[in-house]
Amino acid sequence: MNPTDIVDQQHLRDVPAFAPGDTLKVHVKVSEGGRERIQVFQGVVVKRQGSGVRATFTGRKVSFGVGVERTFPLHSPTVDKIEVITKGDVRRAKLYYLRDRVGKAAKVKEKR
Amino acid sequence: MRGILGEKMGMTQVFDDEGRVVPVTVLKVAGCRVGQVKTEDTDGYGAVQLCLGTMRENRVNKPMAGHARKYGIDPPRHTVEIRTSPEDEFEAGQVVSADIFEAGERVDVVGVSKGKGFAGVMKRHNFSGLKASHGTHRVHRHGGAIGMCATPSRVIKGMRMAGRMGHERVTVQNIQVVAADPERELLLLKGGVPGPRGSVVVVRDQAKPRLKQAKGSE
Repeated sequence: MNPTDIVDQQHLRDVPAFAPGDTLKVHVKVSEGGRERIQVFQGVVVKRQGSGVRATFTGRKVSFGVGVERTFPLHSPTVDKIEVITKGDVRRAKLYYLRDRVGKAAKVKEKR
Repeated sequence: MRGILGEKMGMTQVFDDEGRVVPVTVLKVAGCRVGQVKTEDTDGYGAVQLCLGTMRENRVNKPMAGHARKYGIDPPRHTVEIRTSPEDEFEAGQVVSADIFEAGERVDVVGVSKGKGFAGVMKRHNFSGLKASHGTHRVHRHGGAIGMCATPSRVIKGMRMAGRMGHERVTVQNIQVVAADPERELLLLKGGVPGPRGSVVVVRDQAKPRLKQAKGSE
């Protein structure tokens, strides 16, 4: 246990179990012009990184034919909610190979 | 002048109100107490001794034991004196806790930096070094020439060269207090603070408060 863990603990939040390859819906708080609203980012988890409060994960989706990757701090208060839609069947921890694939080849098999 | 002694626990990060990540140094500020209080009348200048930690009785030398007894405190492991102005109120034996500071304030932090050993000029003085190629031979991290020729036929004083680096008293000014937590005896400061984990640092009022901040946050 690190000595600074007592500070970290109050910032840790309950997050659902998910792994690279899973498809998630991430509800993100966006504040624009003083108003706050929820934006949903749906995509495949490409990687998880870090541990404790510093943990982050990266989601990837293809939006209007353009690949979009977005990295979220796992325990950030701006991440309102994480929903796991499907479990993916993948063999590695970092799915960078998805970047080179287009169309059907870029799909992650569903775990069954 | 307010001041407190703390032990550096390490660094981590916290989220602020807007969900942004703030890098923080965590200081343990438990058991900081006031020893001798010096005043203009008695000592010719105003100051206060801040004490931290305790020592086993048989490890305390007699002058220190007597000094501590006089002010009614346990013999401290660390004693640091900070200058005070006449209006500051300190009392011998008083306990100083984290709540003397509040979140958003700016402070100065004094510590002893990490020792780097015998360091070359690139690390110690931010020299650029020599070229990586084009005939450079075994001198990639050297400093180059250190002087002129037959005039003055000596190296001028103060020439920056390789040598011992670090393990010296360093003051970092204008550090923001992210949180002061008297219950858990913690002080969170934004960014880094000199010294390794476990080292003792002094947190005190800013020597140079900036006008803009004084209007905004205090």
